[in-house]
Amino acid sequence: MGKKMRGAEIFVRALKDEGVEFIFGYPGGAVLHIYDELFKQDAVKHILVRHEQGATHAADGYARATGKPGVVLVTSGPGATNCVTGIATAYMDSIPMVVFTGQVPTHLIGNDAFQEVDAVGITRPCVKHNFLVEDVKDLAATIKKAFYIAATGRPGPVVVDIPKDVTADSTEYYYPQNIEIRSYKPVTKGHPGQIRKAMQLLFAAKRPMIYTGGGVVIDNAAAELTEFARLLGFPITNTLMGLGAYPATDRQFVGMLGMHGTYEANMAMHHCDVLLAIGARFDDRVTGDLAKFCPDAKIVHVDVDPSSIAKNVPVDVPIVGSAREVLREMIKVVKEARLKPMSRKSDPWWKQIDEWASVDCLRYDRKSKVIKPQHVIEELYALTKGDAYITSDVGQHQMWAAQYYKFDQPRRWINSGGLGTMGFGMPAAMGVQLGFPKATVCCVTGEASLVMCIQELSTCLQYNLPIKIINLNNRYMGMVRQWQEFFYDRRYSHSYMDALPDFVKLAESFGHVGMRVEKTPEVRDALKKALAMKNKLVLLDFITDQTENVYPMIAAGKGHHEMHLAPGSGTNRELA
Amino acid sequence: MRHILSILMENEAGALSRVAGLFSARAFNIESLTVAPTEDPTVSRMTLVTSGSDEIVEQITKQLNKLIDVIKLIDLNEGPHIERELMLIKVMARDGGREEVKRMAEIFRGRIIDVTDTTYVIELTGTGEKLDAFIEALDKSLILEVVRTGVSGIARGTRALSLHIPSITRPAPAAKTETASAKATQVSVNPDHLL
Repeated sequence: MGKKMRGAEIFVRALKDEGVEFIFGYPGGAVLHIYDELFKQDAVKHILVRHEQGATHAADGYARATGKPGVVLVTSGPGATNCVTGIATAYMDSIPMVVFTGQVPTHLIGNDAFQEVDAVGITRPCVKHNFLVEDVKDLAATIKKAFYIAATGRPGPVVVDIPKDVTADSTEYYYPQNIEIRSYKPVTKGHPGQIRKAMQLLFAAKRPMIYTGGGVVIDNAAAELTEFARLLGFPITNTLMGLGAYPATDRQFVGMLGMHGTYEANMAMHHCDVLLAIGARFDDRVTGDLAKFCPDAKIVHVDVDPSSIAKNVPVDVPIVGSAREVLREMIKVVKEARLKPMSRKSDPWWKQIDEWASVDCLRYDRKSKVIKPQHVIEELYALTKGDAYITSDVGQHQMWAAQYYKFDQPRRWINSGGLGTMGFGMPAAMGVQLGFPKATVCCVTGEASLVMCIQELSTCLQYNLPIKIINLNNRYMGMVRQWQEFFYDRRYSHSYMDALPDFVKLAESFGHVGMRVEKTPEVRDALKKALAMKNKLVLLDFITDQTENVYPMIAAGKGHHEMHLAPGSGTNRELA
Repeated sequence: MRHILSILMENEAGALSRVAGLFSARAFNIESLTVAPTEDPTVSRMTLVTSGSDEIVEQITKQLNKLIDVIKLIDLNEGPHIERELMLIKVMARDGGREEVKRMAEIFRGRIIDVTDTTYVIELTGTGEKLDAFIEALDKSLILEVVRTGVSGIARGTRALSLHIPSITRPAPAAKTETASAKATQVSVNPDHLL
C-alpha cells in the first residue's frame, strides 16, 4: 500500500513523472489547492502569464519549437473561456497541448456556481479529446491518457477539467508508464502495397511535384523528406505550416505554394502529372479553386489522419500512415530501384520550372526610401544567418516572413496557419525562448496583431525572455486593407489603426528597450543593435510603407495558374 | 443516399454529445439516432441514419472513427441488413370507428396495447416506410400522438459488429478511397462567399 496523496499533490507529481518542464498558467479559486502544491516544489516550473490566452499560445509555441506537449493550467469559468482561442489555434495546426482547467466542486456542477462554465462542452469542438475528472482515483490515469492522446497520431490539444474537490480528496498515487485505450489506435505504418503503387506512379512521372505540410514537421520527418526528395531530384514545395521541412535554400525547393506562394510553385502544381502530398490537408488557402486544382495530376496522399485524405480533393493512391514511417519505406523502394535523380540541369520539367522562376515573383522596390517590409525581413534573415526562431502573428507581415525568411530547418517557423490567430506571435515567442534559452527568437508582427496580447510584455520581463519584436508598423490592418483595395473599391472600412500607442515608450514602460526605425538605411543597424542585446527584449517599431501589398496572389475562386504578380512584373494582370 | 451507421462507443458521459456535435459542426445530416448500452455495460451501441453522397458518407465515417470514444463502426448499407423501428401511436377509437382502427392495426400486424372507451394505443414495428404507410392509412383526424424510436439495424448473416469478433471490422478507410478516383463534381460558388 502506497502513501495516500491529495489530488493536488497527485497532479504535480504526475506532471513531474510525465517530464513536464514548464507549465503556463494563471491561478484562481478552483485551482488554489494545485497552486499550493506548485509552491512547494521546483521540478515543474510555473510561468505566470498575464492573460490565459497568452498561456495557451506560449505553451503552443513551446510545443511547436521543442516537439514536446505544451502544458497550461488555468482556473474555472473565465480562466477556461479565455483559453478557447488558444486551444482552437493548436487544434487547427495539430499541436500537442494539454490544458488543465479548474472546475467548481462536483456537488456544485450544473448549479450556475461562481466562476462555473461547462469547460468540456465549450471546448469539445476544438479539442482532440477532453475529460472531466469526477473522482480523485481517476486523476493520474486521466493525466496519462491526456498526454498520450495529445502527442500521438495526429497530435492536438486535450483539455482536462478538474473540480476543486477532486484536488482536495486523497488516494494512492500510481502513474502508469504506458496506457492502452481500446478505442484509440493510431496507425503509423503505411500499407506496403499502397506505397509500391505510389512509387510506380512517381517513377513514371514526367512532371512530378512534391507538396508537403505541417505533418512532416510535426512528425519530425524533415531529414527523411530531404533524403527522399534528393534521391528523386523532384521539385518540392512546402505549405505555410510545412516551411523548414525541406531546406529553403536548396535548389530543388521552389518556394511556398498557395494564395501567396511563388509563381513557380503554383505553376508547377497546376501543370504537374503526379502529385505527392505528405502531411498536408489541401486547405483552401493552398488549393485555390478546387475545380481548377492540379487538373492533369494523379494524386498520392500520405497522412496519419484518414479523414484528411480525400476530404477536399479526390485521391488516386491514399496512404494512411505517419510521414516519417512512410517516407522511410519510400526511401527503401527508391534505393532498391537504383534510379538516377531527375536532372536539375537538363530535364525539360526543370527547364520549365526555371523559366517560371525567372519571373522573379518576389521582387519589390529595393530602392525605396520608405521602409519596405520585405526589406526588413531580408535584413533579418541575413543578420541572423537564417538561424533564428521566427514566430509571427497573422496578416501581411506573416506572409512576408514566410516568403523572405528562408527556413532551412524545421520547427523554426512558428505561426498560426490554420486558425489565423492575431495575438499569437509574442506569447508563442515566449514559449520558444523558454524552450531554447540561448537561441535568437524573433516575433515578426504588425501593430494590429501585437497589441492583441501586449500584456505579455510583463511576463517577458518577469522571466527575462529577450525576444526581439519586429513590428512592421504600417498603421493599417494590412491584409484587410489589401483586400479592401482589391475587392471593395478602396473603401477602407475600419482597417485603419487610429490612435496607436508610442511603441517605444510602451516597451520602456514594461521595462524593455524600444526603438523606432523610419528610414531604409537605418534598418540594418537597428536590427544589428537589437540582436546584439542578448539579455534584453527589444521592440523594433519599423514605420513601413502603408500601401505595400503581398504578391503574388491568387484571388478567391481562382486556380494556381491565375496568379497576380506585383505591378511592374512582365506578366502582371490586374486584379478583378 | 440514405445510410445506416452502427457505432460501438464507450458508454461515457458526453459521448453522445461528441457525435451530435460532430454532425452539427460539419453540417452532416442526421435523420435519426438511437443509443443504448449493449450486453457489455461499458459499451453503447448507436444506430445513426444519415444521408449524403458517397464522398460525404465516407467523410462521416472517418470523422466518427476519429472520435476517441468511438471504438468501431460499420455502414450497414455495405451489405444485406435488417432495419426496424418501433412506433407507439394513440388514436381516437369511438363508435363505428373503433372497429375500423382495429382492423387497420391487424392488417399492419400492429398490437393494441392500451384500451379506453375512446382511445387505442397501437404498437407497430417495421421499417420506417411501413410505419409511414400505417400513418398514411389512418384518418389523420383520429391521431392523437405518435412516438417513434428511430431506426435500429443489424447486418444479416455472419457479419456482426462486436468487440469480440475481430474479423468483421469495418473496411480500412484507405481501401475505400482507392476507388474514389473520379474528380467530384464541383459546386459553383459565389466568389463573395469565399473568405
